[in-house]
Amino acid sequence: MTDKAMSDAVTILVPTGALGVGVVESEVAHGIAGGAQAIAADAGSTDSGAAYLALGVAKYSRGAVRRDLEILMRLAWPKHIPILIGTSGQAGADANLAWLRDIAVEVATELGIHPRIACLRSEISADQLGQFVREGRVAALPPHGVLEAADVDACDRIVTVLGPEPYIAALRDGADIVLGGRTSDPAVIAAFPIMKGAGVAASWHAGKIAECGGLCSDTHDPGSGVLARVGKDGFVIEPLDPDAHCSVRSVSAHMAYENSNPFRLTEPGGVLDVANSRYEQLDGRRVAVDGAVWTPRPYTLKLEGAAARRFQTIMLVGIQDPIVLGDLDRFRDRMQAALIHRVHETIGTAAGDFDISLRLYGWNAVSNDSVPAGTLPPREIGLLFVATAQTQDLATQIAKACNPVFFHLPMPGHKEMPSYAFPFSPAYIPRGPVFEFLLNHVVAVDDPMELVRIEWVDLAAQEGQQ
Amino acid sequence: MTSVGTVCDLVRSKNAGPFWVTIDLFFKGADEFARYARSPPLDAVSIAQLYDVDSAQVQHYLVENLALLKISFPRRTPQGGVEERDLHSGQQFVRFLDIALDGSES
Repeated sequence: MTDKAMSDAVTILVPTGALGVGVVESEVAHGIAGGAQAIAADAGSTDSGAAYLALGVAKYSRGAVRRDLEILMRLAWPKHIPILIGTSGQAGADANLAWLRDIAVEVATELGIHPRIACLRSEISADQLGQFVREGRVAALPPHGVLEAADVDACDRIVTVLGPEPYIAALRDGADIVLGGRTSDPAVIAAFPIMKGAGVAASWHAGKIAECGGLCSDTHDPGSGVLARVGKDGFVIEPLDPDAHCSVRSVSAHMAYENSNPFRLTEPGGVLDVANSRYEQLDGRRVAVDGAVWTPRPYTLKLEGAAARRFQTIMLVGIQDPIVLGDLDRFRDRMQAALIHRVHETIGTAAGDFDISLRLYGWNAVSNDSVPAGTLPPREIGLLFVATAQTQDLATQIAKACNPVFFHLPMPGHKEMPSYAFPFSPAYIPRGPVFEFLLNHVVAVDDPMELVRIEWVDLAAQEGQQ
Repeated sequence: MTSVGTVCDLVRSKNAGPFWVTIDLFFKGADEFARYARSPPLDAVSIAQLYDVDSAQVQHYLVENLALLKISFPRRTPQGGVEERDLHSGQQFVRFLDIALDGSES
């Protein structure tokens, strides 16, 4: 890529892979000094499970998110640099978004600044989704099939996954800060370059590579960011950590990260094809990328819906007893049978549709595969008990009924009743519901803005009225 | 013994959304990729057996310029279910490491 091609590049600062992980202030200052025209980051993902959407709560602490946002707002405001945040509050539902909006207002008040804040609401109701299904506008993504009405109704919250258009609309209407509902990670980064006339394919590709901040470099700081200069045909990316390096390998490998297809990325309104991309090492720290192709498609918004299902109560014991460790699989089978028997004899049919799952940490808890014959026993194991039932109370009753068996179950070699090592009292921990994603579908829209509601918190106007 | 673990310099796994797992095998170089990436133990049918999924659903990509074999398939149960043991699928790569490769397909 020639310098001429990059002379009208749009410079975007991605301060971190996720707001709240720990923005590095010196990096943001360095990026702004390096010509950043906008700051863009996402603040959530589905990666950590459905609970955050179902409950409408954040993953990171308020203090951690507030700290990161304060750094961005304090450094960006004097330079008139807009801030774009995607997937507010981890899941991007209205409640998550309102949480981040309140933090932004609090920070602005504390800093004595008066930004115009646009909130892009992307949550929809089950009734709305039901209507879209009836209108034939909803299609399944593999491996799912047709969306059933029961799954729609079961969702506690439903969001659509936004593209860049609402961010561009908010910026054009004068937003200093745009806080998004659920948004495609690359879209929040691609929005500003697209608005400023950078290449659409280059903007999306830069968005994908930069979506996790410094993860496309060799930095070891999880909060670290990158600077992307996006031109007509490609982009140049560099890490903000002064000790880190982007390499052809680290950058191109990120295209494969957390997506099923390494060549094609389906986004709202099109498909990004990077099969013929070229990556060039410019120097020790920077990589130039071009050659991606963007093919527009009829506009669709991905749907995400989450629900609380059955409830779990857990118990944990540690075991160092060599008699148990010497025959772990047999111990696990005996324990499983004894626990089920115990529930039947104490609670009976009132236990309903319940499940008890035992996991031997230190042996095979993660995979649940059989351990090869002849494997030496570990020094100790952690045995996790997970009871699942229709209500929290029932799950806890099952755990309590099982307590003496879980605590004392002997093996044939025991001379007296063993007592395994509980770390807590009470021994049972009501864990809450099992949260699940129920939707893996898209809804077709005529206009990218159709399902977005932009709400403004105009601190500039409020200041003017005072 | 030649195994995935000895001919790759990075093997990783992660969810690709709540319903898919994706596994990346970065071979040490172009030679290792050419010799081993198309080995029968790494084809879609073998992977389907290894993870107990339908082979028709296994996506299999050879990314030559990255010396990368990428394999994606539906999770057996969606992320976060009653029997969840690896919420992010971050440990699913481990069972690849000891797969024996003889390189006779080169």
